[in-house]
Amino acid sequence: MRWGVVRFPGSLDDTDALWALGRVMGQEARALWHKDEDLGDVQCVVLPGGFSYGDYLRCGAIARFAPIMKSVVRFADAGGLVLGICNGFQILCEAHLLPGALMRNRSLAFVCERVHVRVENAATPFTCAARQGEVLRLPIKHGEGLYVAPEQELRAMEERGQVLLRYTDSSGRECDAANPNGSMRAIAGVANETFNVFGLMPHPEHAVEAALGGEDGLKIFRSIAMSIEGRRPGASTAAASSTAA
Amino acid sequence: MTVHRNAEMPIALPDEPAVGLEQARAHGLTEDEYRAIERALARTPTFTELGVFSVMWSEHCSYKSSRRHLRMMPNAGPRVVGGPGENAGALEVGDGWVAVFKIESHNHPSFVEPYQGAATGVGGILRDIFTMGARPIASMDSLKFGAFDHPRTRYLLGGVVAGIGGYGNCVGVPTVAGETMFDAAYNGNILVNAFCLGLARRDELQSARARGVGNPVIYVGSATGRDGIHGASLLASAEFDAASETKRPTVQVGDPFTEKLLIEACLEAMRSGAIVAIQDMGAAGLTSSSSEMAARGQLGIELDLDRVPLRETGLTPYEILLSESQERMLLVAERGREADLAAIFARWDLHAMVIGRVTDDRRWRVRWRGQLVADIPVEALADHAPIYDRPARPPKRCESRGASQLTVSPAQALRRLLDSPNVGSKRWVYRQYDSIVLGNTVAGPGGDAAVLRIKDSRRALALKVDSNPRACAIDPYVGAAATVVEAARNVACVGARPVGLTNCLNYGNPERPEIMWQFVRGVEGIRDAALALETPVVSGNVSFYNETEGRAIPPTPAIAMLGVLEDLSRRVSHHFKRAGDAVVALRTAPARLAGSECAAMFGIEGGELAALDLRRERALIDGLVAAADRGLIKSAHDAGEGGLAVTLAECCFSPDGALGVEIERMPDGDEAEVFFGEGASTVVISADPDRMEELRGLFGGIEFIPIGRVIDAPRLRIANTGSANTIDEDVRELRQIHEQAISRRLAPHG
Repeated sequence: MRWGVVRFPGSLDDTDALWALGRVMGQEARALWHKDEDLGDVQCVVLPGGFSYGDYLRCGAIARFAPIMKSVVRFADAGGLVLGICNGFQILCEAHLLPGALMRNRSLAFVCERVHVRVENAATPFTCAARQGEVLRLPIKHGEGLYVAPEQELRAMEERGQVLLRYTDSSGRECDAANPNGSMRAIAGVANETFNVFGLMPHPEHAVEAALGGEDGLKIFRSIAMSIEGRRPGASTAAASSTAA
Repeated sequence: MTVHRNAEMPIALPDEPAVGLEQARAHGLTEDEYRAIERALARTPTFTELGVFSVMWSEHCSYKSSRRHLRMMPNAGPRVVGGPGENAGALEVGDGWVAVFKIESHNHPSFVEPYQGAATGVGGILRDIFTMGARPIASMDSLKFGAFDHPRTRYLLGGVVAGIGGYGNCVGVPTVAGETMFDAAYNGNILVNAFCLGLARRDELQSARARGVGNPVIYVGSATGRDGIHGASLLASAEFDAASETKRPTVQVGDPFTEKLLIEACLEAMRSGAIVAIQDMGAAGLTSSSSEMAARGQLGIELDLDRVPLRETGLTPYEILLSESQERMLLVAERGREADLAAIFARWDLHAMVIGRVTDDRRWRVRWRGQLVADIPVEALADHAPIYDRPARPPKRCESRGASQLTVSPAQALRRLLDSPNVGSKRWVYRQYDSIVLGNTVAGPGGDAAVLRIKDSRRALALKVDSNPRACAIDPYVGAAATVVEAARNVACVGARPVGLTNCLNYGNPERPEIMWQFVRGVEGIRDAALALETPVVSGNVSFYNETEGRAIPPTPAIAMLGVLEDLSRRVSHHFKRAGDAVVALRTAPARLAGSECAAMFGIEGGELAALDLRRERALIDGLVAAADRGLIKSAHDAGEGGLAVTLAECCFSPDGALGVEIERMPDGDEAEVFFGEGASTVVISADPDRMEELRGLFGGIEFIPIGRVIDAPRLRIANTGSANTIDEDVRELRQIHEQAISRRLAPHG
């Protein structure tokens, strides 16, 4: 399948995402420039980690106004798959493609470490290669990953199954010590209502090789590849249209 | 026309102070230095010219006290590429790659303003690397703070760590290793040494030598402001006193986002072939970058300050030339390629402004508002700074008054040591750094050395920075040599061959003979160790005047070592791997308490440092590399702070915490020295018991002491000759103590 990784000024994990997709998984992956509006024929857009525009304002607050984001919003509205990792997650929230917001970590400090997340809904295009309840080991590295949303919205999201990943300990148990940033309900990743946009704070692209800290991140990318390859031309937004109906 | 120009003299500007000896002294110049400036110009300098000379001839920029001694450092070897005088040295690491690396101090700014001081230290060293054409791929830091309970330490520690993270994380270069130490000797003068390594293809290395008369000089990056004026001369080249806080405006402010754009844009511009020479505007900013590039090319440069992008109005030529605003680069381009370069920089939203051109008359000439404001022979600025042969004299020996032996039990001492911020886990520090971006980090912080893979190659790089000020305080020669050896041994513990080093030499006021003696002995120690290990010194930095109110820091040479691992699959890590494996202590000499963390903690004074035999050190390193290459060792861990007992405990701290160790017999010697002594080189390895003889054969001339075995229970059991179970502790408990040594002290209620 064909992937596009958006390169904003200040994107940092863009080359790592391209490496994971292109060199490790052998897929067709290309960089998309923030000043362009053309996404070409990509089947999944990845917004990578980093500090877009320096993130001197709110994280992602400026990137959402980049020319390419107009096309990303149109692509998402048409059912295209969009994955936001770390800063990409922040941008998706700022662009209102995902509910909620990401605030400064509870510790008020940047944190880089490997954490465990539990797959809360394995019936989505982003998680279908994992088992329901499976625990993945992925790295995080962020200063603003504390997920918040209004209580009512959180309840609705949980009911619809939009919380895809939650921080747990290695055995899959939720506990405060396993929540690295103080996120509400230990949320590590959420999808939109139509399950074609997904944002997560952990970095799957940094967990694709056994020699570099594990391969659990491949589960996310393989899920996307499986769901794209399962789509037939003409029925390309099956998941999205069924939910919308 | 020509006649007119030759007759033209730089003019004094209205409102400028008069220039004379008093003014020169206020700029930190001596009378002799001022007279030399007058001779170089054959007239009185203008105020602008005086300012320019004062920074270029400062200790920080000119190395006037250290230069004659630094010449003795070995800098040749089969892997060395790139001559001296470039911004950083380079070493071939295989597959057509060269590694460019350097370490530099940012001590004074970090003490005055910890966040920005440390952040701009990271930014500055990154620019030194990518200006060579290398993409920065790894950072490290060597940090020295005052005693943990000193009132300023928390503030400085928090600020420095946040500053390093704030810059490094945002610029996308992983911080992969480092060292952090706390000692009352740094209460009034902390040390922040920042290291960066970049990789380039050999044919992509860039020059900082101007070429081609008429070629344009182009300014790239952030606009120039008033920040950092006299950072090099007044802040970095003088001792501290109570008034140092007022120098805060001389500290620069960092912008890592612009730096990231500069890295990408400069590397792209270099590939276009339009760049002739490039140098970052570091200390002394526009002045040093332009005059040094001209001097290397034996050419001249003419600058038009009206074309320099400014952050605010009303800057004088003096301020523009001396500004140390960050994230700025100066380059000399091929004539006619200006538009190509402008297009590349515009793509990255950066200005590229032609501000001057290369001339053939070896003059450094500056115009402002149509007037000539400086006209100086290039060599006078860049090459003819005074060189001093300062007197050096050993200090008088102090009588030791402390205790002479350990009065607590080994088990108690072990727990206390694991709880020391110097011995305990530095996780609180390094978890604030992105250590994995760029996707090369095979082993990050927390091990003996970081390991970075080279993509599309079997080879990998190993990196470690070390220093040992307590040993240097006792013997500056042995301490410095031992630091080189320690850094090399750390790199060898992961299986890599040490291939070269960079050093940051932090000392007190060189105008004092005892300090100068420490410095010279330190350089000699580094020289001898580097020669013995065949690890050339490819770059370095000297930081003098690390004193507050007459009290100098202990001599602190920081050594950063690069190692090459020929086959990444042969990498070794420090945790025990399998129950039943034999545990062996490799030792070049008996350890000593002098200079150890144990001695500092329990007030033990006096005694001699462990003997240092460089041939045996070389044999130990060679043996480790050979044993790793043959796959004979399962784990290797250097005995550092805290000594052998602490090292054995650390070998048990694997993530799953299931293994322990049973030591039947410690090496011979005094119990406290064997358990907690330092200084001598001791490495703990574990290996298959069936391959002991094969392994022993690789360590000729080294003590090879089988001491016990790995066990299938989380216990640390150490029996000593005669007394059973001197130590019998739960590994998980010890690990908890080690893990929280720093974080528990920073808890809000603590």
